[in-house]
Amino acid sequence: MAINTDKNSYTVIFSIVMVVVVGAILAGLASGLKPMVKANERFEKQQNILYAMGINNNEGANDVEFIPTEEVEAEFKKYIKQQYVFQGGELKENDEAYLIDIKKEETKAKNDDYERRLPIFVGEMEDGQEVHIVPVRGKGLWDAIWGFVALDKSMTIQGVYFDHKGETPGLGAEIKQRYFMDDFTGEEFLDGEVFKGISVAKGNNDPKNLIKDDQEVDALAGATITGDGLAVMLSKDIKMYMPYFKTLN
Amino acid sequence: MGLLSKKDSKLIMDPLADNNPITIQVLGICSALAITAQLKPSIVMAISVMFVMGVGNVVISLMRNIIPSKIRIIVQLVVVATLVIIVDQVLKAFAYSLSKELSVFIGLIITNCIIMGRFEAFALGNGVWRSFLDGIGNALGYGVILIIVGFFRELLGSGTLFGFKVLGDPVEKTGLYAIGYENNGFMVLPPMALIVVGIIIWVQRSRNKDLIED
Repeated sequence: MAINTDKNSYTVIFSIVMVVVVGAILAGLASGLKPMVKANERFEKQQNILYAMGINNNEGANDVEFIPTEEVEAEFKKYIKQQYVFQGGELKENDEAYLIDIKKEETKAKNDDYERRLPIFVGEMEDGQEVHIVPVRGKGLWDAIWGFVALDKSMTIQGVYFDHKGETPGLGAEIKQRYFMDDFTGEEFLDGEVFKGISVAKGNNDPKNLIKDDQEVDALAGATITGDGLAVMLSKDIKMYMPYFKTLN
Repeated sequence: MGLLSKKDSKLIMDPLADNNPITIQVLGICSALAITAQLKPSIVMAISVMFVMGVGNVVISLMRNIIPSKIRIIVQLVVVATLVIIVDQVLKAFAYSLSKELSVFIGLIITNCIIMGRFEAFALGNGVWRSFLDGIGNALGYGVILIIVGFFRELLGSGTLFGFKVLGDPVEKTGLYAIGYENNGFMVLPPMALIVVGIIIWVQRSRNKDLIED
């Protein structure tokens, strides 16, 4: 049986059948694999939170190695003592706080009636010191940047983890390199009692970042907008946690 | 007596050497530059492309008599896109960190001109078995170059292979580093991939003078 494949009606029917078949295949596959993808995303968040508080598998000086996925759930339970959600001045314990989607909260918070849910993770280091890890999210040059910041109760940074969706490789993408992230450790958000934030500065004449009380971190050359976005992200998001840190002191 | 007839084995062997998609046809360069800084992503990319090419060629060849010629490019695109999404989803579910590393480049398999080129030039006019061999052959030719480039870039750029420190430890100065060897950081950057591909092209053409065009 020869089909006239040049007829318009044939072309239309062919396209419709093709779209339906392909759509069905892909939808089936996506829903079949969803649990595994979700689990991977959960592990990644746990790895990032632990990385921010200094629990990692780093060996060399430039490594950014996470706790392996197989162990991360147990390690997360071991080091993260409490998870809170801070909403409208109230602190509630919530074991799934780390699964809160910061992006969705940001969008919802544009509505004035909505009090944004702010997750906080309290971790305990090997030496018994308590750290408070908070998520941050902002804009880089091309797309979203986000991360986790571990603070002690006086809002001094104990460690950070940054990641990005599509910053320029070699420039803005360097925010997830050790030499940049490590610079933040020891920096303070407060100047006395006042919240000042931390700026990513170009002219601070302190490339090794030895001066820790200047609220400045050396910027990445060629990544001004990513760096500025990162500083805005830190100031804006960490400031929301001020009431929480006030209750600690 | 081989498994394949002489004509069939030519379909596999030709793209490996004298009709290599990267070094002779100069297709698929974009991904060859982007993901070859290390050996592991190179191999995963090669396998992914092999899957997409092999299956895609078979699907197109099966449908070659019922595809309306007016929309055949769209149909080819849909087939590639579907297969690429399958690869992407499977990687996300079973090799999450790798899929993050390859990020957009898995999606960009869709635009890999080798694939559309083989669909259009071969699968639309040939039988299923021969199309399958052609797909695998071209993917192998692509993969071989990727792996060679990945090998040299990771070895010379980071001093590692598959992440293992084969040349000693650069921080503690053991192995080769003890006698003053240094990693060449430039090898990790994309321009070096272009130069390595260039060297492969040079070596290949100087060994087989027939390939040199005037």
